[in-house]
Amino acid sequence: MNINTPRFDEVSVGDALPTLDLLPITRTTLALFAGASGDHNPVHIDIDFAKAAGMPDVFAHGMLSMAYLGRFLTQWVPQSHILNYNVRFSAITPVGAKLTCMGKVAEKKECDNQRRVKLEIGVVDDNGDVKLTGDAWVSLY
Amino acid sequence: MIDTKHIGRPLPTSHFEIEKGRLRFFAKATGETRQEYLDEAAAKAAGYRSLPAPPTFLMSADLDAGALFNLLDELGISLGKILHGEQSFTYFTPVCAGDVLKVESHIADIYSKKGGALEFIVKDSVFTHQDGARVAEARSVIVVRNPEEKSA
Repeated sequence: MNINTPRFDEVSVGDALPTLDLLPITRTTLALFAGASGDHNPVHIDIDFAKAAGMPDVFAHGMLSMAYLGRFLTQWVPQSHILNYNVRFSAITPVGAKLTCMGKVAEKKECDNQRRVKLEIGVVDDNGDVKLTGDAWVSLY
Repeated sequence: MIDTKHIGRPLPTSHFEIEKGRLRFFAKATGETRQEYLDEAAAKAAGYRSLPAPPTFLMSADLDAGALFNLLDELGISLGKILHGEQSFTYFTPVCAGDVLKVESHIADIYSKKGGALEFIVKDSVFTHQDGARVAEARSVIVVRNPEEKSA
């Protein structure tokens, strides 16, 4: 077990988790994520296709932001502690966006002989626009 | 409008092999810095059998198999019209490099809002390890934009 993993008794509802600040999203970011994730939808990597679809430019995969938010979770607890992870995508993320992942402890409970906390989490850009919101239940010792 | 007869329809079952090289590529693409996702020795030191698949990596199983995109193609829906609306994962046990997962998906729901200007396809998936254990479940909600439809 990671010695830095927070313990159930040490966290309180309302506690903010350490943020994760990302580098600005570039076209290279989108090309790499298209290949690595297997999402080859050209709307994310081909500006001609994006314009034909009525978009001003290519835009980031929603799953890229969700992957970043996954990194945010696993910098707080080991991945094996994540019980579920749910998001709702609320806005398109354009090229150049500088994203930050943030979250807080929303609930604590003990059930099935397990201590669990619910995290309310989200991704915003540097204008404060919310790109996705969600929650995750994690187990703590 | 998407025909609701497709609700309940199973999608082709696929098998997804978790490969170390793919995991490292995914780690690079997402700017991962934690050693357990980059270095197998660090992963084992952290208690994993090999490099762990990060929380959202299971989405790639569907994308590689083409289950959803093939369905959209069959329904005549251009990829330029879709957005990802929601995504959920429930985890039962970690997935690591070397695992081969069986992926079984079906269309759980189809509905529309705003007089058909937005349509929603809900897909549920179950991931089963080669030893028979259910390792994860996922739900995807795909939004289809139909700008020619008038808002109700």
